[in-house]
Amino acid sequence: MKFVKTLAAVAALALAGPALSDGHEPMKVGFIYVGPVGDFGWSYEHDQGRKAIEEAFGDKVETTYLESVPEGPDAERAIRQLAQSGHDLIFTTSFGYMNPTLKVAEQFPDVKFEHATGFKRADNVSVYSGRFYEGRTVLGHIAGHMTETNTIGYIASFPIPEVVRGINSAYLAAKAVNPDVSFKIVWVNTWFDPAKEADAANALIEQGADVIMQHTDSPAAMTIAEEKGIYAFGQASDMKQFGPNARLSSIIDNWGPYYVARTQAVMDGTWESTDTWDGIKPGLTEIGEFSDKIPAEVQASAQAIIDGIVDGSIHSFTGPIKKQDGSDWLAEGERADDGTLLGMNFYVEGIEGELPN
Amino acid sequence: MTVERLTQPVLITLALVALAVFALISGLDPVLLGASIIIAAQPLLLAAIGEMVVEKSGVLNLGVEGMMIIGAIAGFAFAVESGSPWVGFLGAALAGAALALVFGVLTQVLLSNQVATGLALTLFGLGLAALIGQPYSGLKPPAFGSLDIPGLSDLPVVGPLFLSHDAVVYFALGLVIAVWLFLGRSRPGMILRAVGENHAAAHALGYNVIAIRLAAIAFGGACAGLGGAYLSLVRVPQWNEGMTAGAGWIALAIVVFGAWKPWRVMLGAYLFGGVTILQLNLQAANLTPLWLLAFGLFLFAIWRTLTSRAGPIELLLLWLGTIALGTWSAAYPISIQAQYLSMTPYLVTIIVLVVMSADRLRANQNAPASLGQVFHKSG
Repeated sequence: MKFVKTLAAVAALALAGPALSDGHEPMKVGFIYVGPVGDFGWSYEHDQGRKAIEEAFGDKVETTYLESVPEGPDAERAIRQLAQSGHDLIFTTSFGYMNPTLKVAEQFPDVKFEHATGFKRADNVSVYSGRFYEGRTVLGHIAGHMTETNTIGYIASFPIPEVVRGINSAYLAAKAVNPDVSFKIVWVNTWFDPAKEADAANALIEQGADVIMQHTDSPAAMTIAEEKGIYAFGQASDMKQFGPNARLSSIIDNWGPYYVARTQAVMDGTWESTDTWDGIKPGLTEIGEFSDKIPAEVQASAQAIIDGIVDGSIHSFTGPIKKQDGSDWLAEGERADDGTLLGMNFYVEGIEGELPN
Repeated sequence: MTVERLTQPVLITLALVALAVFALISGLDPVLLGASIIIAAQPLLLAAIGEMVVEKSGVLNLGVEGMMIIGAIAGFAFAVESGSPWVGFLGAALAGAALALVFGVLTQVLLSNQVATGLALTLFGLGLAALIGQPYSGLKPPAFGSLDIPGLSDLPVVGPLFLSHDAVVYFALGLVIAVWLFLGRSRPGMILRAVGENHAAAHALGYNVIAIRLAAIAFGGACAGLGGAYLSLVRVPQWNEGMTAGAGWIALAIVVFGAWKPWRVMLGAYLFGGVTILQLNLQAANLTPLWLLAFGLFLFAIWRTLTSRAGPIELLLLWLGTIALGTWSAAYPISIQAQYLSMTPYLVTIIVLVVMSADRLRANQNAPASLGQVFHKSG
């Protein structure tokens, strides 16, 4: 289905492309999304970023997006179509687009590419992401305080460093305030499938979870949490409307300022291949408003963590931390370096279950 | 006694018992598990049983996904506007049927290609649903309660497992029985099958091929619409663009693997929904899904032993394999790649249904001979 949808979108683009080249055309910025723009999570927030570009530059830009593009080889064709149809700057907004982006970038040296959450760069390929694990430290802290069954359910997508980092950081923060806490983790192997995400939430609730965290793109788990009367957090987007009682707080991805800056750089001719990884301080990662279900003192301690991350006094991964197998990772007071975080492929000590590889 | 003689409903009951045993030895709650599986299977069951009737009439409608998503948004919108989930389901069935009739007119009257038109229907449905759905994001549908039969629903185990679901679950079961009786035991059903087997002959006998096929297509669309509405009103329940996420394609596959037989289609839907839910629950309970494969192998070994078709070496290998896999998964919960976890529902469904329709000749006989062919009266 997604495949076919992409096909049609690409065909439409191919038709529209050549008609617009008269020398004075606006700069064209293209986006590839992994889910629909109406997922109210990850892709939705990227699309808010695209709209920010349109708002900032008006007639000077023209933006295009292809939604629900599957990760993997098929993405290459979608990206190439954007490049062929005269786009000057292309944002590919999911981890699985990494190799296809690089492949197309090699064939189109004049087009600038921006790949979200990846780690491979080229002269015309930048990478950018948010330090969402900082947000998960805050959410994990709240979750550790709020759980009564001491069981936190975690809906995970794919076992990539980004997701593993989030689990570890949330676990460490929850464990710090609640030594009895345990995480139940379910891998759904998709970024977006509301039905499966809802099933996973139900499975976790049946296993005793009373707070749910997620690293998938739809608000399905939030809806289930609301229905079952437990707590959850907004992921990538605030999601408050899906769980007015269930939602404790959220991680909000704020891509707009970055997208506007990069578009400006291409216009000015100052664009360079860069590696951006911004957290709470620069504002790429935002923490949504705290629910009044959270006791005042927990709100205060959570705010203190946010402030600490902003002023640099707190880092999500500060030793002593051991790996799950009991081996030492960080010594007392030592902070994890970005290289290890970017390649994180292990659980920290205390998390049950084996990490799929 | 051989298993072949057992009827399909008995096989389904046996599968349920096997599932309960499996849940118990895995430490999961069989009642909660059963309820989740039933919910997960409904959208597939409804869509697949409808598509089966369409294919039995000789029409291949690949637009199930599109009709499901239209049903999902129409059901959601009607339910929200009216405050009644019943109106929602009715609206979903009508919307699904209406979209299906667009396909019907294009393929039956204007003689367009069924495969291309079906694919286009999916694209159109997804886009149209996204458009209609704009104002409905973030809303909450009215609750669709389960039927509570006084006295009966409170029975231990049996009550929560069989007697306290929502009305659609019983409706779907009734639909399977009705379709089974209609196709196999009634004259109109026989005519519909005749149209699917050889439309020229049916036409020569004086039956209105196009009208019969349009009716089947509308029925299929209504069923797919109900399946979609079950997603947005019960299983998730919320409206989300693209929320069917491929369920329509799985329904299509289930029809083929179910060899166009209502009970097998039902078994296929439950198997797929069941294994999906099981692997998620096994993960949540920190068990390896390998355990599920071991159990599957165990059932297969029992089946091969009972039917006494297998030679002694095969039996020995099967039982040794079962014991080895069982011990291994119990003693060393090894990690498996996430993609294999997600593969299990597809894998198990395909294996079971392939084994069941191993007799290729009989399976092929059951495929409608005129499936996907264009009919024209001049023909």
